[in-house]
Amino acid sequence: MRMLLLFAAIAVILILIRKFVPRGKKIALYAVLIIVALIMLLPFYMMFVMSTHTTSEIFHFPPYMTFGKSLIANFKSMNEQVNFMRSFMNSCIVTVSYVALVLFFCSIAGYAFAVYDFPGRNTLFAILLGTMMIPATAGVIPWYIMMSRFHWIDTFWALIVPNCANAFGIYWMRQYCKNNIPVALVEAARIDGCPEVFIFFRVIAPILKPAYAALGIMNFVNVWNDFMQPMMVLKSPKMQTLPLLLRGMVGDRGTDYGAMMLASTCAVLPILIAFLCASKYFMSGLTAGAVKE
Amino acid sequence: MKELKKYRVAYLYIAPFFILFGIFGLFPIVYGLYLSFFRWDGMTQMHFIGIENYISIFKDVLFWRALKNTLVIGIIAHIPILLGGLALAFILNSKLIKGENIFKTIYFMPMVTSAVAISIVFQQMFGNNYGVINYFNVLLGGNKINWLGGDGSLIKVAVIVMFAWKWVGWNMVIYLAGMQGISSDIYEAASIDGASQTQVLFKICIPLLKPIIIFTVIQSTIGMFNLFTEPFILTNQNWNGGTNNGGLTLMMYLLNKAPQGGTLYGYASAVAYIITMMIVLISILVNKGTTDKSDPDYIAHQDMKRMRRERRRAARQKGAAGV
Repeated sequence: MRMLLLFAAIAVILILIRKFVPRGKKIALYAVLIIVALIMLLPFYMMFVMSTHTTSEIFHFPPYMTFGKSLIANFKSMNEQVNFMRSFMNSCIVTVSYVALVLFFCSIAGYAFAVYDFPGRNTLFAILLGTMMIPATAGVIPWYIMMSRFHWIDTFWALIVPNCANAFGIYWMRQYCKNNIPVALVEAARIDGCPEVFIFFRVIAPILKPAYAALGIMNFVNVWNDFMQPMMVLKSPKMQTLPLLLRGMVGDRGTDYGAMMLASTCAVLPILIAFLCASKYFMSGLTAGAVKE
Repeated sequence: MKELKKYRVAYLYIAPFFILFGIFGLFPIVYGLYLSFFRWDGMTQMHFIGIENYISIFKDVLFWRALKNTLVIGIIAHIPILLGGLALAFILNSKLIKGENIFKTIYFMPMVTSAVAISIVFQQMFGNNYGVINYFNVLLGGNKINWLGGDGSLIKVAVIVMFAWKWVGWNMVIYLAGMQGISSDIYEAASIDGASQTQVLFKICIPLLKPIIIFTVIQSTIGMFNLFTEPFILTNQNWNGGTNNGGLTLMMYLLNKAPQGGTLYGYASAVAYIITMMIVLISILVNKGTTDKSDPDYIAHQDMKRMRRERRRAARQKGAAGV
């Protein structure tokens, strides 16, 4: 309750500043943006801070808000408790192979829908769009049963194969191809004697780089962070992806909280750094489909 | 035949989707419906029991609790997500503000981070005796609040905070892109006519952004029904959602029936179908409820539909008369 009062007080102060201080409007707007930014950053900051403290320091009240000295000790303890590198590699294997397949299948299908005027194209495309309307939740139980019948439980296949030619990616690639591939280019390649099957790979694929980047980032982030699907199929510790590794550290009685925080940090940091380096691409990739380019 | 041969490559390129979707998409969805009419433990004989699964779901107190929790979390969290997203986008769109990209990047950060890692952090932040949130509370003169324990009702607050924290930036970036897509002529015309900033927001931006807003609402509604990771980790992986089922969501309820907790495959399938129906229903309602009957596009579309219907009827009558 007090929190809400505090926010209300801040709001009143900002309105007053806006009304009575010269250039107050600008100051007030910046203040709002900065306060929100601090709230957004607080969990990240706390995560970094807690990963440099020991368990007993984390349970100290008032909480330590500055960095501690136990980073290396936590790192050692983390490596004793879990095999972080193994999970990291698992995550990499799953994500990279999934993204590669998505890009391949979605771009060829999107290209075919955009360029070729084959019989049944519109019907097939309508079907494809229709499949996007059905929430995947409907099939979650049979999906699990299938995975166990295929003996795909505890393998990466269950995470990579089923969704690798997804309707959204195809739809999105088709829109991109429609807007960016001149038909004359395909014609020219054909006249130059390029076999039909290779036109895409030799001529078209290089033009699609921006689309690959956006679609790739979108799928990369989603799969890297996914928890529910891996939780259902990956059972043994050596197959764990990073979210599963973290989950295994939660709530254990003997958990070293500092090590757990450090593991969280290590899981988040690579993708966070990539995001900070290329935030423009991440944002356009993860909001793809919402805004027309 | 020659036609088909000519387009062999095209069919080859689209084949993977249709094959994979047939196996891993269509089949599970159809089979899920079939399975929801059976009692099955995954091993022995299946028993056809009609709609008994559905009846027992609707009789289950836990199901209603899960539904209530999911809706409460989703609906309350949408307020900061929508209003906050719009307000932040509007502020960033203002010409007074520089460093737009820095703020955008910061607000978007939660979207790329692992839900499990972030839930672990929030679990500590909401901790009763040592959490930073209670620390601020005490600093402001309040008492320590047992967010994750107590009678269980405050777990929802923690989940709402996390849900809003995660989605507000995503919404903001989308709204901002939409606002930047609105022609500056319109803004100029409004400012010449003496419109205030509030009027510009409510009379120009929101109406023009409506399709985008609807899209984001549907997306976060789907996110709401799939909500699972955050409350699951916050409650120390308690499948019942912590004290008094305060954090039990529909997805958690489903997975706990099968395959994670029990082996009630038919029952879980029925739950999955109920969730699906709710997602579809809400998407339709959001779309329908926000259709503006005075929108020229809508009127043109309805006119076109009516004309087509009449033409078809005329053709049918002509055919009947001919016979």
